Amino acid sequence: MNVEVGHSASSPVSIHDLTVAYHRKPVLWDVDLDIPEGKLIAIVGPNGAGKSTLIKAILDIVPRASGNILLYGKPFKKQRKLVAYVPQRESVDWDFPIDALGVVLMGRYGKIGWCKPVLRKDRKIAMDALERVGMVEYAHRQINQLSGGQQQRVFLARALAQDSMIYFMDEPFASVDAATERAIVQVLGDLRTSGKTIVVVHHDLQTVPEYFDNVILLNMRVVAHGSVEEVFTDENLKKTYGGRLTLLSEAADRLARGKVTS
Amino acid sequence: MLLLEDYNTRVVVLGVMALGAAAGVVGTFLLLRKRALTADALSHATLPGIAIAFMVVVAFGGSGKSMLGLLLGAFVFGCIGVLSILAIRHTTRLKDDAAIGIVLSVFFGLGLCLLKIASEMPSGSAAGLQGFIFGKAASMVASDAMMMLGVAVGIILVTGTLRKEFTLLCFDEKFSITQGWPVLTLDVVLMGMVTVVTVIALQSVGLVLAVAMLIIPAASARYWARNITSMLIVSALIGCLSGWLGATMSALIPRMPTGPIIVLVCGFWFVCSFIFGRNNGIIVSQIVRVQLNRRVAMQHLLRAMWETFEREKERSIPVETIVSMRSWNHSFVVRQLKRAKRRGHVTKREDNLWILTEEGSVEANRIVRNHRLWEVYLINYADIAPSHVDRDADMIEHVLGIDMVQKLEKLLQSARNLQSPHPIGVDVKT
Amino acid sequence: MNWTEIDTWIVIIGSLCAAGCAVPGTILVLRRMSLMGDAISHTVLPGIAIAFLVTGSRDPTAMLIGAVVIGLITAFLVQAIQTLGKVEIGASMGIVFTVLFAFGLVLMRQAIDHVDIDPDCVLNGAIEFAWFDQAPDGWGIPRGAYVNGVMLIANLFFMLLFYKEFKITAFDPTLAKSQGIQPSFMHYMLMTMTAATAVAAFETVGSILVVAMFIVPPATAYLLTDRYGVLIILALVLAVASAGLGHLSAITVPTWFGYSGTTTAGAMAVAAGVLFFIAWMISPNQGLISRILRNVETRAHVLREDVLGLLWRIEERNQGMLQSNDLPQLFGVTSIKVRHALRRLLKQGAVQVTESSWTLTSEGRRRATTLVRSHRLWEVYLEQHYPQDTHQLHHAASRLEHVTTEAMKSELGDAEVDPHGSPVPGDEPIEE
Repeated sequence: MNVEVGHSASSPVSIHDLTVAYHRKPVLWDVDLDIPEGKLIAIVGPNGAGKSTLIKAILDIVPRASGNILLYGKPFKKQRKLVAYVPQRESVDWDFPIDALGVVLMGRYGKIGWCKPVLRKDRKIAMDALERVGMVEYAHRQINQLSGGQQQRVFLARALAQDSMIYFMDEPFASVDAATERAIVQVLGDLRTSGKTIVVVHHDLQTVPEYFDNVILLNMRVVAHGSVEEVFTDENLKKTYGGRLTLLSEAADRLARGKVTS
Repeated sequence: MLLLEDYNTRVVVLGVMALGAAAGVVGTFLLLRKRALTADALSHATLPGIAIAFMVVVAFGGSGKSMLGLLLGAFVFGCIGVLSILAIRHTTRLKDDAAIGIVLSVFFGLGLCLLKIASEMPSGSAAGLQGFIFGKAASMVASDAMMMLGVAVGIILVTGTLRKEFTLLCFDEKFSITQGWPVLTLDVVLMGMVTVVTVIALQSVGLVLAVAMLIIPAASARYWARNITSMLIVSALIGCLSGWLGATMSALIPRMPTGPIIVLVCGFWFVCSFIFGRNNGIIVSQIVRVQLNRRVAMQHLLRAMWETFEREKERSIPVETIVSMRSWNHSFVVRQLKRAKRRGHVTKREDNLWILTEEGSVEANRIVRNHRLWEVYLINYADIAPSHVDRDADMIEHVLGIDMVQKLEKLLQSARNLQSPHPIGVDVKT
Repeated sequence: MNWTEIDTWIVIIGSLCAAGCAVPGTILVLRRMSLMGDAISHTVLPGIAIAFLVTGSRDPTAMLIGAVVIGLITAFLVQAIQTLGKVEIGASMGIVFTVLFAFGLVLMRQAIDHVDIDPDCVLNGAIEFAWFDQAPDGWGIPRGAYVNGVMLIANLFFMLLFYKEFKITAFDPTLAKSQGIQPSFMHYMLMTMTAATAVAAFETVGSILVVAMFIVPPATAYLLTDRYGVLIILALVLAVASAGLGHLSAITVPTWFGYSGTTTAGAMAVAAGVLFFIAWMISPNQGLISRILRNVETRAHVLREDVLGLLWRIEERNQGMLQSNDLPQLFGVTSIKVRHALRRLLKQGAVQVTESSWTLTSEGRRRATTLVRSHRLWEVYLEQHYPQDTHQLHHAASRLEHVTTEAMKSELGDAEVDPHGSPVPGDEPIEE
């Protein structure tokens, strides 16, 4: 069953009745949950379930059809400094003329502000972040010469350089080599130990119990959420991935096209 | 030849140099934002604006050729054009390319219609207006050049100040949004600057070629620059230099139109960069590829020799054996053997048999071990493997990490009982 | 307006030209390569200039060959720069066509004695003078009609010959390859057709307006239909319409303002644009205005159904009659919308009114029962599959009930009671 957490102002992320639609087709319905502080939380579900959309909705990258989201009691616009985002690797042009250090420094732009230059202090923070992900020797390497796993680590370093409270990551373990996967898990564990909250869209069910404290099972609506021990059961997984939820998807499609039955 | 005496020529040269620098700078971000052809549509969309501005000014009794008026008209319609493209893209199922093509051709057609009408107006020696299409740098006057210089300086300043903001916008738009940067505003500023540069370019290179000044120097700079700042500088330099060379050549060679020759010079720099550039230039890429192939061929050769020894317990190997193992042809094998000999990996015996040296054996052994580890990895971890199958066996430690390699070695050990390798050539005497 | 035989021929030639362009244009638009058409029509200029220089005459075959060769070179270079040079496709096109066009312009000026191309003609074409250039066969048919007519027939021929192949490669190149159709062969054939058509049209409408004829009518057709065959026919019809409307406007509209006329080629492009705009707005399926109207109608429909559902629930709970004044607050919409909904329901015979109290008729009750049944079945389904707080079940089910078909309803199962404890009604039979 669900672990019901009351919506509170101390919760890092508090989602109320969130519905998101793309071109009027509902992709997320009535998502209502609180994300607990200081934990590693996985969002799992089949393809098209709205996992990335959930994160994007929290970060205001996609518009909400209804509902609202509070971070530590305040709307996202006021809490940007507290949030770091590691998007999917494919979302970026890796042929860009920039080195690894340059990408990590982008994490500092928010703190630096408009039109001001990058200072030595920022460079140091960026280098420290690269060190933590084991990429400091590659700081001046062009990003198109990095392997997939190395690129992912650079993205993670960028998030670390932001020194945030809440981290959102979209499929960070997709197509990375074993060494990178281990390095990322290590860094996430360290973050959790220092009290940060980390929310990860994750694709590999096998590793959920090993890496994560909590899990959100999502398939357009929340099937279940809570600690891994309580919620990550065969029954819930069957419900989430079972394929009997196509009915909802079909209805959503009809809603999108305005196909009302008369 | 470099110090042109003619005042007019100097004016033109200065103007197009300023244009080249400004276009290079703005073009860098335009290119990285992948909006090159939107700029083309924009330049075509300015034509109705120019014609209408002309007609309005004449209707109010002005001379009609006032640069400011025409440029203002061009600017307004350029913006309308860009907005139309966005509107079509967002509200229909047509994609970028069709939206750009529609706006480009329809607005341009409208412009031609209006130009024709304008040519019937009293002060409409609209032959002058037609110069906007093909460029008429030769008729540039000092005030025009000064204006171009001023605009160029302004653009370079703005772009330089907003360097990191634009870089972020071009590299990772979603990340920018989450960081609170006003992506739409930045886009508008960028396209606004593109419009301004296009409008100044109209006079020198003309409408059809304006987009060339924006894209070609930036695309060329990409082959040399490793970060944004140097790309901006190189792009500006190429643009500036092309302007200077083109304008100079146009002045010196009879019947050489300025706009097109500038574009041809830009094209020349592009070809040079495309071939010789150090990032992804053809020559550099080919060299890297050839080196990789050579290394891989050497590894295959040594592995073939080692495996022959394992199989037949025979250290001296004829060329034919290797030929049959690898589906290479005879002369290729002989070439590789000679290369291996130069590196001290093999020696050739009198009876035309080849044998691994001590160093060669160490190397061969290492390669075979890595290759077999890759095989074990593929068999056991096949679902992650495809993106990491490197033909270069040496990469195994770098890509998989030391612990993974140790794990694989254990697996390999149990599968094949491979004993701790000892180099073959050590006890040479049978 | 003074319409003569010349005008008729102009329209005929223009139509043939536009229709000829629409054929490859349709495929270019479907394959998202509209701008390749743009690039190739620009590079036709150097092709023709080179043909001039080489052959020293205006021999049409030489021009055709020159243009086709350069068209293929353009396509090849764009591809090469994109793949080898790692330049994004738009920029790659921009580089190739501007440099080649610049080259053409330089050739024109340098070899002006040998290359007799008038810049104005390059831009505007010379369709207005087409009638004067009669074919030597003495039938009074302008050469332009032959040139464009042949082009149109040739394009239609290849289009029909390779109908299936073009269709597949347009929609799914990987599938095409697996069926043995080489996408690159079709690609270069398309480029050849485009280049050849561009050169034929060049003399009629000039190089830049060819782009309008390639892209705009097919794009307009794409907004009007989903079917490939219909798309092609519509594109042809729209192309001819643009030509006719274009020339008509060119000779009439300027006269309203006191001018004598304007270029037909430009007007053709504008006419095509106007047709596009009309389709953009009022295309039955995709037009902006159509969509807005459809949205409004859907919302009204949903409101009517919500009213029916409310009346049914009031009956169920025996809460008395519904007064007109209560409604707006209940649905959060303006009272105008509610009154409109009630009036429509009255006309449909679903409700009746006595002294400002509204009740269901038996027909209305039947419809409402279907809706409530769907609603409650959805609540059961959602609770089973998504254990959630019960207040949200109602909200989701309220939206889902409006789009539930009979087939979907049977999949929802046959529960008797909903999660709130209310009974799930069976469907009432339709009264005779």
